[in-house]
Amino acid sequence: MSERACDTCLARSWLVGRLAGHLEAARGRVDQVLALEDDALIVAIGGREKARLEREFETLDVDEVRRRAGGAGVDTVCVCDPGYPSGLRALPAPPAVLYVRGRADLLLGEAVAIVGSRKASMYGLDVARSLGRELAVAGLTVVSGMAHGIDSAAHAGALDAGMPTVAVLPGPANRPYPAGKRGLHRRIVAQGVAVSEIVPGTNVWRWMFPARNRIIAALAAMTVVVEAGERSGSLVTARLAHAIGRPVGAVPGRVTTPQAKGSNLLLASGGASVVLGAQDVLDHLFGAGERTAGPARPPAPAELRPLLDAIAEGHETAAALARAGFEPDRGLAALAELELGGFVRRGAGGRFRIAP
Amino acid sequence: MRTLDAMLARVATFAIDGIDPRHVWVEVDIRGGLPAFTIVGLGDAAVRESRDRVRSAISNSGFDFPQTRITANLAPAFLRKVGPGFDAALALGVLAASGQVPADALDAYAVFGELSLSGDLRDSPGALAVAEGARRAGLERLIVPRERAREAALVGGLEIAGVSSLRAAAEVLAGGALPPLPEVGAGLGGISGVAGATSEPDLADVRGHAAPLLALEIAAAGGHNLLFEGAPGTGKTMLARRIPSILPAMSRAEAIEVTRIHSIAGLHAAGLVGARPFRAPHHTISAAGLVGGGSPPRPGEATLAHHGVLFLDELAEFQRSSLDALRQPLEDGCVTIVRGQRALVFPTRFMLVGATNPCPCGFAGVGDRCNCGEADLRRHSRRLSGPLLDRMDLLINVERPTEPELRAPAQTSSARARERVARARERQRFRLTGHGARCNGEMDARAVRRHVRLEDAADSALAQAYVVGALSARGRHRVLRVAQTIADLSGHGRVTHADLLTALSLRQRGDADTTLAA
Repeated sequence: MSERACDTCLARSWLVGRLAGHLEAARGRVDQVLALEDDALIVAIGGREKARLEREFETLDVDEVRRRAGGAGVDTVCVCDPGYPSGLRALPAPPAVLYVRGRADLLLGEAVAIVGSRKASMYGLDVARSLGRELAVAGLTVVSGMAHGIDSAAHAGALDAGMPTVAVLPGPANRPYPAGKRGLHRRIVAQGVAVSEIVPGTNVWRWMFPARNRIIAALAAMTVVVEAGERSGSLVTARLAHAIGRPVGAVPGRVTTPQAKGSNLLLASGGASVVLGAQDVLDHLFGAGERTAGPARPPAPAELRPLLDAIAEGHETAAALARAGFEPDRGLAALAELELGGFVRRGAGGRFRIAP
Repeated sequence: MRTLDAMLARVATFAIDGIDPRHVWVEVDIRGGLPAFTIVGLGDAAVRESRDRVRSAISNSGFDFPQTRITANLAPAFLRKVGPGFDAALALGVLAASGQVPADALDAYAVFGELSLSGDLRDSPGALAVAEGARRAGLERLIVPRERAREAALVGGLEIAGVSSLRAAAEVLAGGALPPLPEVGAGLGGISGVAGATSEPDLADVRGHAAPLLALEIAAAGGHNLLFEGAPGTGKTMLARRIPSILPAMSRAEAIEVTRIHSIAGLHAAGLVGARPFRAPHHTISAAGLVGGGSPPRPGEATLAHHGVLFLDELAEFQRSSLDALRQPLEDGCVTIVRGQRALVFPTRFMLVGATNPCPCGFAGVGDRCNCGEADLRRHSRRLSGPLLDRMDLLINVERPTEPELRAPAQTSSARARERVARARERQRFRLTGHGARCNGEMDARAVRRHVRLEDAADSALAQAYVVGALSARGRHRVLRVAQTIADLSGHGRVTHADLLTALSLRQRGDADTTLAA
């Protein structure tokens, strides 16, 4: 376990963790506050605790912070380290220390962020998952926030392909957040990396979410929004990416889906380029046709093609297919065959969807 | 009648303990003293109140109620006695002890039934169990309320005296002829609910629902538990109600067992139950209501559904504790209820049918209509998951039929489906005899390995399903069981590629959740 972070950076990082509660009160201007020097930070938000905070900061035992990180099984990389991801230096207030659980080297690779709604539609989840898979196969690192919905689907897509992925957590890197994503966290840590600027042992506060989003935007060469509601946090990520000059893409969503309103508006306003698939991302990053997404899936067997077409036309359930003229017993078997071949997916309510 | 000598009479009757009869002796002792009538022997409130019914019934039947000290004992004393079924035995005991009916005539009899104040013998639940007890105890004759005579007569080797009053019972004891059994029909002794009778729900009433009908037949043929998934009002309950009509007819032994249980629960009119039970408890039911319990223990819905179908609508709404309680009945085919020193066993071999919405709002997957987030879906599926879902071999999606489908003629009828099911069951019986399972749905992992034979193409499809993560290890067994049933229905010696694929398409979604990430 390497504990490479320097004393100054660790002290700064401790201070941010110590001030977590105070920062909550300054939530509206967290990015400005975090850009302040240590002393100024204490003065700005320390309030009545100012004197005590100064004393604690003076007498801080940095090794104690190191031990805390070591105990939580996380490595530390500070901004003074050559191994610190250079993308983050573009931020007005880059995190002093990154706490890393898993393969720290992944933070240095070429990365794409896939973010979106927590209450995504099935369509959105499908798209995020296949984007994650295809971009990972194309050699890019998929970065996201391990939230419910799109974020998790993007991570899972990369993991499906046997590729690593980077999860930037709002709280400490050793603590799965949301707690229900324990299983995903375990897989990410084993196969990829979970990273955070928050010192282990700190509680999760609301200001940490936009703060986490700035790390996602800065780690990635491009940010892709899959589905975002009108007030989604992923729009914040898109804005932060914009602010540091990184390209933003968005996947068009159904006009009737409220969860896609924000991302559709982003496209309409010209704030993002249209992403229809992994190839669009690769073209945008490396120039048209420079790199290609993995080979296309082999076509479905000829005898299953009519069924596949019927599903594509919206006959999504066994009952609908029976109506379209497919015998129930032969139709059921054919559906299973399509599913095994990866051509369709079965979702809730027995609805089959074309696999993207 | 005044005498200082004690007079003693003894009458055999039976208490219902759970669903089993227990021999009880009613001893009546009459001796000189101030008029008093006490009943001892761990009776409940209904037994205590029996004193007043017996006194009035005796007087109103033209007998004398002895104005002396009367003590009645229900033996054995440790057994809790419940209900008014001891009235007739108590009354005849009093009459015998006071010499108004011949006491020695009672030796060959068991007596059972509730009395009204006027001396009529009222319909009382549990007559079949009592008759079984009487035969086991080696008694020759049984006096029961007339409404229950035909039911009691289902037990061979007993002479049944179906009487409608205490007076008539006394006449039988005095040597009168046994009254003939009541006629079949006339609401008395008919065989109720014969399978195929016109009142039964039939598959011929179903329009549309092609895929669910196929799945229903598979479930019935293999005895598989199944789960319906679909929005409210699509026909899940309607389909479930028709499952008993395509299950093979009950054997006589099964029918008698069901009749005994339903008679004790006071559920059925008279005679032999002919149709397999269908029980659909509401989702607010408690664990005790579902699997049996209470004090004294009573059979729950799981036991009332014995040899039939237990239908749980809105499965996700049931209390967790109720669903968990179904674990033992599903595993063992019986439920054991322990009260104090005793354990009661209720049989629970039923086919479990569940129905649920696909998601909390019911419109799962319909992109813009469903507004359930991942967390909602997760919560929903967590409510459903667990030991219960493990036992569900089939998942059937049910959709509202379209207008043209509603106008189309019926696709099948219960009679035809029942025939196919019976043939498939016959093949299973042939294969599984001596292996502890009666149908494919009851095969354990070992039996699956031993009996399910796959064609090569089917085998490789199964391997593929496992590799791409569409199946869990447990789900694999479920699919194999179902595939074997499909093969049995189509008369294939080995499971073909198509059989296996059909089974895969009817598998539970919980086996591999491809939509929700990790």
